[in-house]
Amino acid sequence: MIVMPTMAVFLQQLCNALLLGSLFALISVGYTMVYGILRLINFAHCDIFMMAMYIAYYSIAVYFVPWYISFIIVIVATALLGIIVEKVAYAPLRKQNAPKISMLISAIGVSYFLENFATVIFSGRPKTFPQIKFFVEGLKIGPVNTLRLCIYVPVITAVIMVILLLLINHTKSGMAMRAISKDLDTSKLMGINVNKTISFTFGVGSAIAAVGSILWGLKYNQITPTLGIMPGFKCFIAAVIGGIGNVKGAVIGGLMLGFIEIMAVTFIPSLTGYKDVFSFVLLIIILLYKPNGILGEKIADKV
Amino acid sequence: MKKALALTLSLCLLSGAMLSGCGGSATDTATDETAAEDTAEATGDVIKIGVLQPMTGAYAAGGAIETEGIKIANEERPTVTLDGVEYTIELVEADNKSDKVEASTAAQRLIENDGVAAIIGSYSSVPSIGAGEAIKAGEIPAIGVSCTNPLVTEGNDWYFRVCFIDPYQGTVMAHYAYEELGAAKVGVAYDVASDYSTGLAQYFMEEFKTLTGDDASIVEATYQTGDQDFSAQITNLAAADPDCIFAPGNYTECALLIKQARQLGVELPILGGDTWEIDDFIEVGGDEVDGVVFSTFFDSNADLSSKTGEFVQNYRDANNAEPAGVTALAYDAYMLLCDALEACGTTEHTALRDAIAASEYEGVTGFTSFDENGDPSKPAVIKTVNVADKTFDYVTTISAE
Repeated sequence: MIVMPTMAVFLQQLCNALLLGSLFALISVGYTMVYGILRLINFAHCDIFMMAMYIAYYSIAVYFVPWYISFIIVIVATALLGIIVEKVAYAPLRKQNAPKISMLISAIGVSYFLENFATVIFSGRPKTFPQIKFFVEGLKIGPVNTLRLCIYVPVITAVIMVILLLLINHTKSGMAMRAISKDLDTSKLMGINVNKTISFTFGVGSAIAAVGSILWGLKYNQITPTLGIMPGFKCFIAAVIGGIGNVKGAVIGGLMLGFIEIMAVTFIPSLTGYKDVFSFVLLIIILLYKPNGILGEKIADKV
Repeated sequence: MKKALALTLSLCLLSGAMLSGCGGSATDTATDETAAEDTAEATGDVIKIGVLQPMTGAYAAGGAIETEGIKIANEERPTVTLDGVEYTIELVEADNKSDKVEASTAAQRLIENDGVAAIIGSYSSVPSIGAGEAIKAGEIPAIGVSCTNPLVTEGNDWYFRVCFIDPYQGTVMAHYAYEELGAAKVGVAYDVASDYSTGLAQYFMEEFKTLTGDDASIVEATYQTGDQDFSAQITNLAAADPDCIFAPGNYTECALLIKQARQLGVELPILGGDTWEIDDFIEVGGDEVDGVVFSTFFDSNADLSSKTGEFVQNYRDANNAEPAGVTALAYDAYMLLCDALEACGTTEHTALRDAIAASEYEGVTGFTSFDENGDPSKPAVIKTVNVADKTFDYVTTISAE
């Protein structure tokens, strides 16, 4: 059942895994940020990711805006969308001191709403993400065939991670975020503008989702309203594996998931149709033996 | 406060229930009346034929081009003569919403409320299978148009179809790979979550192994509906060094699969099934899908029968476009049904069913006669994708043995 690949095949798969893993990592970061601050699993994240792809499609393929300008439009528009979602679906609940579970249900509601909204507006027929030569040019390194994306994506992911860590650990808004994540009510008392900071967090998280969605679209160029669901699940798993709430953990979790998926196919080709199972099995193992994830901090529940 | 709210809510609910209750009975009487009228009409000079097609949902586009074929045929032949009496054929359209359950309800409505003599449809196997039980229970003959899954007609004496079935398509492609491409080893990539894809792959692999006499002549790779990354599977397939790849899946996954294969430097010929014949396939696949080959039902340039040319010419004159394969099939389904009606001279269900079963009909998509399951064996048309012109070009016809 287990097949040993040749060196060339292994290198090729390694490269495939790096590309897939970095894409997962990028999306997981958004999940983890919102969770870190609000302790809310933002199920709408994967649909914001999907909407970003449609925005990119309309901007580049329909209105012919040059791609570098389009990317900025997409990132700004998606950040705004994230903020709007927060204002409409989460802020009113927070104001009424609703339990966490209500927020979660609201998140699921937003997720369904966005999917159906997209189906009505854009129709269920797949759209094609524009191919930008600068990114999808073929690349041959020794026996390995890949796209230029394979170099760009890990670099972009690393840069975004560094910027995010600097933002969280070394700026004033970052300090506010950390304070809120520790204790929301006390931070209010300390004069932190909680609503503004949370909006900012959603904005940043969604902007990162937009970057992820552009890169995802360049690689997998088919856009449908339900496209976000599977990457959404995977990246949520990645965030949990890395330790949800931890940015570095999300990146490690994402990379790990990408490698496990591709390597499972490489070594056990008879099970390729069920490769999603490996991610879920990994999730169960992590939850059983290391519930806080690889880099997750231990949360002692105060009684 | 809470009490008042509860009271208002329950009042709303109650009135809602009453309203809907009244509404329900009102519609019931209304449909009863129409049903009564229908029977009165049916005894006149009208024969009703149900058109069961997806007008909404995922297969709406396919349903529309199939219905078009039925309407063209109806315009060409609006009446049938049974025992010297001329009857006008009235088409009754019902939307199966691309859904299994809805299809069953829609078929029931056609049979019970509209009192149709026979049903044509549906596009896609999913709603057809869903309607199967209702058709069997209602004992109304039905002719499927492009539902290729074996389960549509299996164990159902009342369901026929004018298209070939998935297993046959797989077999045809195995012959194409072996005889036309001279392949000795084939990589097969299929969708484990799709009956259509696994069916095609299974029959392809069996036939190809028989042809080569070598079990090692097939390398398998699998994926699931909705997958977007196929890089690992393709790398595995390419490592086995096959002569071509057979990827019988829905175009949504296959377009991405082929694109990624080309990006990974795999330049092998790629073969597939009839679902690829759609513009979206070229849209998503882009330059990378150029030259891939698939089997389908029909092509304007394929000389499938003496009637093909005339049908294509008429269609071109009227629409200034090429007819789709399912349009031609739907046209044939209608014409075959009319022939059967005239042959048996009655709309009595059992007689009509037996007349359909005995049909030997020369249509625009080739010669149609049914086996014991109600499936025909028809020639398959091989086509290739031409990205520059955004067309599907005719390659060859492989006739049924």
